[in-house]
Amino acid sequence: MTEKRVAIIGGGVAGMQMAIHLKERGANPVIIEREPTLGGKVAGWYVLFPTFTPAEQVVAPLKQRIAELGIEVMLDTTVTAIAPTCVTLQHGQLLRCDAVALCSGSTLFDARIKEEYGYGIYDNVYTSADLEQMMREGEVRMANGERPERIAILHCVGSRDEKVCQRHCSKVCCVTGVKQAIELKRMMPQAEVFNFYMDIRMFGPGYEEMYREAQVAHNVHFVRGRISEASPLSEGRLQIKAEDTLTGRPLRMSVDMLVLLIGMRGNDDNLPLATSAGITLAENGFFHPRNHFLDNVESERKGIFMAGTCSSPKSIGETLCEATTAAERIINYLNRSNKA
Amino acid sequence: MASNFGFSISKPRVIDIDRNNLRKSNEILREMPELQSCIGCGSCTASCTAGNLTSYNFRKVHTLVRRGEYVGAYEEMNKCMLCGKCRLVCPRGINTRKVAMLIKRKLGDF
Amino acid sequence: MKRSNWEEYQKSIADDKYYYARSCIRQNFFPGSEKAFLDIMQRDLGKEVFDDPLHTSCTGIGYHSDIVPLETIMTVVARQFALMNEAGYENFISSCITSFGIYTELLSTWEEFPETEERTRENLYKATGREFVKPKNLAHTSDIMFHHRHAIAERMTRPLINVNTGEPLRVVEHIGCHYAKIFPKKGIGGSEFPYVLAGMIEAWGGEVVDYPERRHCCGFGFRNYLVQANRGYSVANSQKKLESMAPYKPDFIVCNCPGCAMFLDKWQYTVAEMEGITYGRGGRGIPVLTYEEMAGLVLGYDPWKLGMQMHQVDVEPLLDKMGVEYDPSAKYLGPNGKYIGKPEPAIVNHRSQRNLYSIKL
Repeated sequence: MTEKRVAIIGGGVAGMQMAIHLKERGANPVIIEREPTLGGKVAGWYVLFPTFTPAEQVVAPLKQRIAELGIEVMLDTTVTAIAPTCVTLQHGQLLRCDAVALCSGSTLFDARIKEEYGYGIYDNVYTSADLEQMMREGEVRMANGERPERIAILHCVGSRDEKVCQRHCSKVCCVTGVKQAIELKRMMPQAEVFNFYMDIRMFGPGYEEMYREAQVAHNVHFVRGRISEASPLSEGRLQIKAEDTLTGRPLRMSVDMLVLLIGMRGNDDNLPLATSAGITLAENGFFHPRNHFLDNVESERKGIFMAGTCSSPKSIGETLCEATTAAERIINYLNRSNKA
Repeated sequence: MASNFGFSISKPRVIDIDRNNLRKSNEILREMPELQSCIGCGSCTASCTAGNLTSYNFRKVHTLVRRGEYVGAYEEMNKCMLCGKCRLVCPRGINTRKVAMLIKRKLGDF
Repeated sequence: MKRSNWEEYQKSIADDKYYYARSCIRQNFFPGSEKAFLDIMQRDLGKEVFDDPLHTSCTGIGYHSDIVPLETIMTVVARQFALMNEAGYENFISSCITSFGIYTELLSTWEEFPETEERTRENLYKATGREFVKPKNLAHTSDIMFHHRHAIAERMTRPLINVNTGEPLRVVEHIGCHYAKIFPKKGIGGSEFPYVLAGMIEAWGGEVVDYPERRHCCGFGFRNYLVQANRGYSVANSQKKLESMAPYKPDFIVCNCPGCAMFLDKWQYTVAEMEGITYGRGGRGIPVLTYEEMAGLVLGYDPWKLGMQMHQVDVEPLLDKMGVEYDPSAKYLGPNGKYIGKPEPAIVNHRSQRNLYSIKL
């Protein structure tokens, strides 16, 4: 089966992990990445839950292995249509292949859509991704350069929200919120951090323990209630309102900084890609596997596979795991088609 | 000042964290950091001897205290019979009897 | 504030030839405002506005107070549209926010549930023998004023500037809830950052002041103030807003809803009388204007012709800041020169000892 070509759409951690496995098993993967660099969303993160491992320690080894194995990578390249044996690139260029893998990830929710929080309007309203960026640069500061003394972190922005057509849970934001609260307290022990949540979903290994650590060791306040709006105060501070549902009373406070834990949504081009491939999308706009159990990395169409957050919000660990599984399935598929 | 209007101005029900003084609440949390790990499950109130017969709600009172709402907390905690059932059921392992005693010790003036 | 997102919420607003529906209550509380709207549109801007004596209340207050049933208000609204058709107009404009909300909501209801429109047509025909065509364009009169704000700016004689300091006047805008909270896309700027009044203030030289409780309801409600015992809840909402805006030292408040303008003005009197607290400069209340009054002042109209003597909070401090010339002795003379009576002195217009204006931010 040498030189069987697999087109991998997306060069984030899913695409890279899959390419490495395919190459090691004798196939010839090609990664098609729309951005100018490999690494996807993870490359923009600072440290990863639950171990506070620098994101770089995940991305760099994958990139290095890609280079060592001489895997072909096409950067700045957009895919406009897919079929099991052919991928259409921008400008109509065709790329022949023997199988296709969707590793195209997801899109971070645009926080401006939740207008009541004033992202992009008020200073000092940030997204979780902005905060990661600030932490990568080594400092968390307000727009005026001062250290924030009181920070609110709001869960479920663009998740579990009919109003913005995102009914699903984005799964990893809760633990990200807990992780970021701990990081903020480590950087600024005097700062007060309040997490506003609807439910806390600590689904993974060590996550619940981290939640407890945030509460007990770092005195992070968790208020069960969703912030209803943010309004400006003087000097860039913000007033937020919520219900403290566990006491049944409205709650109001001023904060120096509001962090919005933005969710994952299906990419805008999922629909045209799915249509071109003759497969359907899940109701929430993500791709969906043929079934959720025995064929959970395969699409409805033979020869088109998927891994990572293109099919639902996932942690990095789960994504890497799925990419490995999908590579294995692709090898089996290529072997079978070889015999036939 | 004038005239009977036939109504009076309603007082706000909001918990105003800016206006509340969190000093006492912080003292309580420093002494018992585990109280912050309450997840609001309500096992304590469900199993509470006093809470089944009066409006006493242990979970709600200590949550209000953590938000700086102290008025009446001491009186409420006086309803506790110190039977200790709540401590047996708490999934976070909070020493709930100690919470009741601590609130009484710290907030007697409110 | 970077309010640029208002541009994403645009609605089509007709340029001319309007059928004007008045408000039930404004002519009592702000009697010069609707007249000022007609004068500005017709005389200053040369627009065609038809003020139809045949139209009635939309019955919105009755509807929101559970007195008028849905079928009835639908039929009343259908009759207004029929009158507009008979007068030869297509663009319906309403002076009242409650009415605007009602018209918007019923048009949408008819769209979603066509059987309700059919029933309304039957009811209207049975009751009056009339038929109707829905308006081509529906807008609130503040939308119309916003639409023509630059034309007004060109004719402006007194911008919203403090003549003593040369600084822009600090203006708090308050938008009626039913303007955009029911259908955000039907309001300029949507529901969170409405631009309809802010646009006028900016076009006429003032500075919009944002404050934490900007979006909060004035407390008008319907059932809430109609029952005397419930009014404490209504006034508490206005008080919450006034407390929140006081530290920002606004020169005046401008509203686009009859109820808001009335309550933000009159409840200041109530709070001052009950608790001795005022929220504006010098121990006084904060003047509350309608957008027509604001436009009228900017265009050089006489404040007493605009009906500003009917305000509970005196407007003279604002007039002085704007450099408006007025005759104090003419304040309580009606249009025919006849004395119309004078209110008793009130704490809100005299130095109060308890003033929230001076508190620090």
